[in-house]
Amino acid sequence: MSLRTPKLRLGLLLLLTPMLLWLLLLIILPHVNMAIISLSERVSAGEYAFSLSNYAEFFTESLYWNTFLRTATMSILVTFLTLIIAFPVSYYIAKMLRGRTKGLVFALCLIPFWVSELVRTYGWMILLRETGVVSSSLQWLGLTDGPIEFLYNDAAIIVGLVYTSMLFMVVPLTTTLDSLDDSYIEAGYDLGGNGFTVMREVVIPHAMPGIVSGCIVVFMLTLGNYLTPALLGGKDSLWFTEQIFTQFITRFNWEQGSAFGILLLFLSSFIVWLGLKLSRQSFTRVMS
Amino acid sequence: MKKTMTKTALCALAASLTFAALPAQAETLRILTWGGYAPDNVVEMFEQQTGIDVEVTKSNNEGMISKLRATRGGGFDLVQPSQDRIVSAQADFNIYKPIDLSKIDASQMIGSMLDATKKSTTFEGAVYGVPHVWGTSGLVVNRDKAGSVKDYTDLCNADVAGKVSYRLKRPTLIGFAFAMGEDPFAAYGDVAKYTQIMDKVEKKLISCKANVKTYWEGGDALINLVRSGEVNAAMAWDAAGWKLNNENKAITFVSPKSGALGWIDTFAIPRKADNEAAAYQWINFVMQPKIAAMITEAAGNFTASQGADAYVNDTLKAQYQESFPPADVDNIKWYPPVPAGLEEIEGKVLDRVKAAG
Repeated sequence: MSLRTPKLRLGLLLLLTPMLLWLLLLIILPHVNMAIISLSERVSAGEYAFSLSNYAEFFTESLYWNTFLRTATMSILVTFLTLIIAFPVSYYIAKMLRGRTKGLVFALCLIPFWVSELVRTYGWMILLRETGVVSSSLQWLGLTDGPIEFLYNDAAIIVGLVYTSMLFMVVPLTTTLDSLDDSYIEAGYDLGGNGFTVMREVVIPHAMPGIVSGCIVVFMLTLGNYLTPALLGGKDSLWFTEQIFTQFITRFNWEQGSAFGILLLFLSSFIVWLGLKLSRQSFTRVMS
Repeated sequence: MKKTMTKTALCALAASLTFAALPAQAETLRILTWGGYAPDNVVEMFEQQTGIDVEVTKSNNEGMISKLRATRGGGFDLVQPSQDRIVSAQADFNIYKPIDLSKIDASQMIGSMLDATKKSTTFEGAVYGVPHVWGTSGLVVNRDKAGSVKDYTDLCNADVAGKVSYRLKRPTLIGFAFAMGEDPFAAYGDVAKYTQIMDKVEKKLISCKANVKTYWEGGDALINLVRSGEVNAAMAWDAAGWKLNNENKAITFVSPKSGALGWIDTFAIPRKADNEAAAYQWINFVMQPKIAAMITEAAGNFTASQGADAYVNDTLKAQYQESFPPADVDNIKWYPPVPAGLEEIEGKVLDRVKAAG
């Protein structure tokens, strides 16, 4: 009851102020501005008029539409691969390890993230380029005659993105798996389950909120990534954020860039919503 | 207790405000330029002589225009866009202010270059730029391994497949158009004709894509590709070719058969420049022949400073003469000012080339 007294509510409001200001000034206002810009079109030098042509451009020029589809499918693939790789790691950390080793292995997952994304991506470039570490080692071992180029293709982009996203999957998964009482797993075995059924009936249902929240974070980060696809993908690195960057910076076409930005926001939100519906999870539960 | 807290808070606030206000007292000059155009040794000399702090931000043509557009011409006191990109940006975004030619020591500049730049940066009767550094783009070739590459379109030859790189930007479109026998500069005023030329170039670039290792983005990335031998022929700046020539004699800059593309980077003053006086001081300072030669050493390109050649080292001069026999100098295609709207046509072509499988 006391929470309802005016004084305390004022306190709550004051505590929320920095957060609200941050949301309003840095997220909502720029987006409103972007939406307004996206609805205008350059008529002649310095003259602009209301128009929906920037949105029409996205749907009529198959190039932009295809770039978005490509980006979205590759992001989903990256999310899936990250999950496949991160789940055993998280399970090992949460259920197999105890005490200091547990903290140590968890820290090992964290260490690559102490350097910036740019440095990590350049690391991959040094490994994968034609005169790089992997290619030269293969030649030294006599497995191939000439140098091999591993960079500048889709596989390189996916490897880089999965590596960049690992942490954001491992952390929520480890947390949810940690909260699963070991006795439930033992009970599963006692009731005649084998490794597979226990995993399917006990562990995965319990970890579902962690899986979904990890997937949402990884998907959004991958979709919005700019550096990794641009550097590792080379001539075929078609990524939607790159299109937005090009429109803003090299074409000076802020109107088109803003329209792409707004479309990216809505289309990616739609994909996340679809994912939640398909996995029968609610957003509030996943994020708590 | 509460009162002291308030007092402490007020003191902290006052202190931080004083600190925030302090740097404004020292005079600063904020330059937005290309890498190598404001080398540390030159900046140091200028600071010692004038007491003005110099802040250098490195960028490229598009970056400069975008930054100034975002601030409506504020945040910097001096920028260095290429001469062909000034008029359209000024017409669209109104980001520069006219140059006060009386404040510039014209005797330090090569007359023909100054006149050409003044002419191409004139918008509504006012001059917006004076020349600083000039150079060309053409071909950087490893002559031992890709001797067959003499023109832009030779980058699509089968014997250099997979060992080629160029930028996915407008100079590539222009270069290929010239090599295919077109004259894109003559078609600048004719949108239909220009679109037709660009369509032709688009087809060529798409069919050529299999030959390309990667599209390079920055000068350093290109130099790395050629140095490591991953790329044997590329479309690039002359300075990059000469830099590589210092390490490997087989590699150098080659002026293409259809002509190298000539650019001049200028000095321009942003509309909301805070310290215009310092900007003019800087221009006159760096155009002194000895200082200009120092910039040539750092950037690898020659300047519009009269008499600076005498102070440039002999290696660079020899490299220049080897790459540019006199006939090739006359064949340089200088960029005329880009009319508004053309870049949109080019943009779509570049997008489609990038997306082609």
